[in-house]
Amino acid sequence: MHKQLLLGVEAIGQGAIDGGMSGVYAYPGTPSTEITEYIQENKLAIERGLHSKWSANEKTAYETALGMSYAGKRTMACMKHVGLNVAADAFINSAITGVNGGFIVTVADDPSMHSSQNEQDSRYYGKFAMIPVLEPSNQQEAYDMAREGFELSEKTGVPVMLRITTRLAHSRAGVDCKAVLDENQTAMPQDARQFVLLPGIARRRYKSLLEKQAAFVKLSEGSKYNNYYEGEEKSLGIISCGIAYNYLMENYPEGDCPYPVLKISQYPIPEEQVRKMEAECDEILVLEEGYPLVEEHLKDFFGKGTQVKGRLDGSLPRDGELNPDLIAKALGKDTSTGPDVPGLVANRPPALCQGCGHQDAYEAMNEVLADYGKGHVFSDIGCYTLGALPPYETINSCVDMGASITMAKGASDAGLLPAVAVIGDSTFAHSGITGLLDAVNENANITVVISDNESVSMTGGQDSSAQGKIESICQGLGVDPEHIRVIVPLKKNHEELVKLFREELAYEGVSIIIPRRECIQRASRRKRNLKRHANH
Amino acid sequence: MKSNIILAGVGGQGILSIAAALGTAALEDNLYIKQAETHGMSQRGGAVVSHMRISDKPIASDLIKQGTADLILSVEPMEALRYLPFLSETGYLVTNTTPFINIPNYPDYEEVMAAVKEQPRFVAIDADQMAKDAGNARSSNMVMLGAASPFIDIDFKMLEDGIRNVFGRKGEEIVEINLKALRAGREFAENNK
Repeated sequence: MHKQLLLGVEAIGQGAIDGGMSGVYAYPGTPSTEITEYIQENKLAIERGLHSKWSANEKTAYETALGMSYAGKRTMACMKHVGLNVAADAFINSAITGVNGGFIVTVADDPSMHSSQNEQDSRYYGKFAMIPVLEPSNQQEAYDMAREGFELSEKTGVPVMLRITTRLAHSRAGVDCKAVLDENQTAMPQDARQFVLLPGIARRRYKSLLEKQAAFVKLSEGSKYNNYYEGEEKSLGIISCGIAYNYLMENYPEGDCPYPVLKISQYPIPEEQVRKMEAECDEILVLEEGYPLVEEHLKDFFGKGTQVKGRLDGSLPRDGELNPDLIAKALGKDTSTGPDVPGLVANRPPALCQGCGHQDAYEAMNEVLADYGKGHVFSDIGCYTLGALPPYETINSCVDMGASITMAKGASDAGLLPAVAVIGDSTFAHSGITGLLDAVNENANITVVISDNESVSMTGGQDSSAQGKIESICQGLGVDPEHIRVIVPLKKNHEELVKLFREELAYEGVSIIIPRRECIQRASRRKRNLKRHANH
Repeated sequence: MKSNIILAGVGGQGILSIAAALGTAALEDNLYIKQAETHGMSQRGGAVVSHMRISDKPIASDLIKQGTADLILSVEPMEALRYLPFLSETGYLVTNTTPFINIPNYPDYEEVMAAVKEQPRFVAIDADQMAKDAGNARSSNMVMLGAASPFIDIDFKMLEDGIRNVFGRKGEEIVEINLKALRAGREFAENNK
């Protein structure tokens, strides 16, 4: 079959479809978003009626996927690394309930924080939950693992994690696609009580998870994704995890690496191969994208055993993503570069688009808040977070999805007034609603700006699950309807925006301001599509 | 055959359309491809880069090693300079001369162009003007692909087919404008390299 040119994330989407998946559940988050988008647009997925609509957040996504697995069908939950924090309660417990239909949780980590607040390594979560973790080294493995991961999940009886990082997620290569498997039929779990985690049952289930651990190691040792390549030069052995294997091989273009190499793409760590390397090599260098998980595991606390090098001893940087140059340096190879970057080259950080409604909201807020001084605005995750940068510098926090409303309440409780929250429509739906309920229940003195661009914009304009429902959600939570104010953020409405902000900041209680205007990127995409359809 | 290409620009300038045309051409030519893109936050007007690798042998790394790029292809002159450490000793710098100024501290334009012209092998082309001349200002990226084509070991016909493939659904007129832009860019580079 002809190779398809696919991004790593697209390869996962295609692999999941070909593997007989019946539904994907996800909330958009870079670099994981395009897995679900690919499935939404895939012809076979549409024909089969596979579920692919966005969920309100990663926790609802994960739990819904678990329900599909309970009913016997194959399913995938996708998220970025910090999304797994949101879904963590369901995730950890699902290792104990186990699965019925195959369940893959795909998590895309973002080392170097290209579009994230941290660079946490999801392999630790896999270890924490004690489930098998797959980490592809290239697009073909990403496809194969997504396609075959359901079977591994059904065989082991637990969810399987598929962990990728930004570079693989957003890099394209030719992928050979294989036969399409049938979907599972609906079927009850064999153990009717396995999903009931009452203490008595949970203790039994947990013991069974512990008993499986040795088998998981055996599976890793026999995995076709974990390979030991012999080498003549035993002064050093190299363990490379996931995509790091490619960066290693880039440094030996003729395939002439003289050292023994262990490629790890399935965890738990394959013990047999690691022991073999320890027995035959003087030192071990560990190359892994993310935190030093394998390195920490192998490093001897008392420093008496085989020396293990990597991110912890300075052979590689402790943080950030890897690349072929860093690995060349760790191997003592040539690291010569082209000309230096001329000093005149300026940084070009991302910025709000020209004409974006968030700009008009920030213009008005800055004018009103000038009376109170800096430091009163708590914000959230989304395009509007760019309001922290010049020229606006309006907001003073960005921590996690939903933290704007709750932090504003805490600051207000402490007497910092006014306390303002700025949150987007989709982030509000994701994790803002419960925080607003807390605020309403105590009649907290906060002003919440729900800057509504009717879209999940930073990730590419996906549908927001609160669209058309924001006012009724706020009213339902008990916000006084007189203090739910909607306005169109446009330059011509500046004076009106300023007046509205002044009034609601003066109100001692929970007030909601909703500047609402469609994301200009989404609007122009929509118009282009309409024009294209009109032409056909 | 092996080409390491750094594609550079600013989020929103559409460097991925260049990558798509080139990738389609390489795939039709039965070559191996790896192409790493920038998605997410930087697409909001920040610096974006794509590492594109084409070879007749399997490719290991998705990222290009510093000092080994055969070509830096930039749709903006300051962005062309940002990736110079990737350029090999024999590599070419091909850049659009039209600046994209969306930051308050954009350096002096004359100094930017002087730094471009200091490079031993470069092509500086006013792709925006040339695209207008070809019939559509939005085809400047295909002017740039044309300007880079003498330095990429892919049959020019394959690039033309790549454009037909990428723009085909937008209609014959758009395809023709982009082909004209591609040829104009190539001609300029042949005469000015």
